[in-house]
Amino acid sequence: MKRLRIAVVGLVFVALTMGARIACSAPPLPRDSIYQLDADLTDETGQAMAFSGLRGRPRVVTMFYTSCRYICPLIVDSIKTIERGLTAQERERVGFALISMDPERDNPAALKKVMAERRLDSSRWTLLRPAPGDLRALAGLLGIRYRALSDGEFNHSTMLVLVDAEGRVLARTERIGGDPEFLAAVHAAAAG
Amino acid sequence: MSRKAALIALALLGAACPSAGEGTPGWAMLPGGQFRSALALADAPQGSPVARFVMMEMPVTNQQFLEFVRANPRWQRDRVPTALAEPRYLSHWDGPTRLGNRSLPDGPVVWVSWFAADAYCRAGGARLPTWSEWEYAAAADATRRDARSDPAWRERILEWYAEPSVAVLPAVGTDAPNAYGVRDLHGLVWEWVEDYSALLVSADNREQGDPDELRFCGAGAISASDRESYAVLMRVAMLSALEGANATANVGFRCARGP
Repeated sequence: MKRLRIAVVGLVFVALTMGARIACSAPPLPRDSIYQLDADLTDETGQAMAFSGLRGRPRVVTMFYTSCRYICPLIVDSIKTIERGLTAQERERVGFALISMDPERDNPAALKKVMAERRLDSSRWTLLRPAPGDLRALAGLLGIRYRALSDGEFNHSTMLVLVDAEGRVLARTERIGGDPEFLAAVHAAAAG
Repeated sequence: MSRKAALIALALLGAACPSAGEGTPGWAMLPGGQFRSALALADAPQGSPVARFVMMEMPVTNQQFLEFVRANPRWQRDRVPTALAEPRYLSHWDGPTRLGNRSLPDGPVVWVSWFAADAYCRAGGARLPTWSEWEYAAAADATRRDARSDPAWRERILEWYAEPSVAVLPAVGTDAPNAYGVRDLHGLVWEWVEDYSALLVSADNREQGDPDELRFCGAGAISASDRESYAVLMRVAMLSALEGANATANVGFRCARGP
């Protein structure tokens, strides 16, 4: 009985100290941050990270998949257009994160290939594979709807989401062909 | 003292929800099989296999959800991340951890976002059912596993949709169990499913015809292989209109597990 008590107290102690360590590692996120979602991802270099690991600078966040032949190349194009429209100084301050909706096939190697083929600057572009169990939640957070088809393609909607350094949504657009208001919001975020 | 410590340890581990499994009271086993959805899915005209799974016999109640938010304060309405639940989340309760007279303890919990429903199921080692699983379970009546072709059964379901909403939802479980032992799939609340956001015809896939129909025209426009299944198509229209952070007066949920 006494041993059980010691074990239980020990467990409580471990839980409390672990909680304290997590709480002290970074200032708390604002309540309206998208990074409040607990989700695990792996980037194109194979580095595992939490979704909140994207905090720290304004970012354009969206979803895609590498084997997509139709709309996804246009998603990359549209973000590259935004990138080109920024001043050199603004460019240094923003990030672009593309999360795959096809974690089965989009391993780090597949993501890295797209980085190279599309000449994406790794200092601000990040391609991410989500843990399969977190995919639907990430899509929901971004306002993206999708359905996997039996031929390996996906039906999906498109949404670019601009968040500030803490993950608060500043702007959204479904118009990937260029949306002046969204672009203005990216300029403002990069300037701030 | 040690009992108190044990309780704290349990709370810290978030062990508020009973884990699920076959033969667990409150959970029904569904054998699965080839299932034809009432939706016309261009890539699966002959239907799709539904694997064997278990499902909660009844929707999650206010009392069960109250226990969950007590053990997981992050999901209390005054603390929940606003990206994961809109302002009306649990607004029918008297307080963040108090029910009150607009929410019976045994009534189905509503005003919950998809993220909150997902978190509840995960905390119990379960998940939300997929749309296919839900539709498969809901095709059964008291004696038949697929009663969808029976006009009388369809009529009875549609009657519920024609009734005005009540201010306080009645208790779960008053409905007779269906052939699998599952209750309240029709007639009480609408329910979140894991892939709620898969119920669209994309506006982006250039290969599809009429891609905007579902989004802009609702259930009337969805391509349906079974046009008589209005009740199912209404569910699809409803879910396709919701975002994950939304909470409404009539949408609750139940959890599933497996295969």
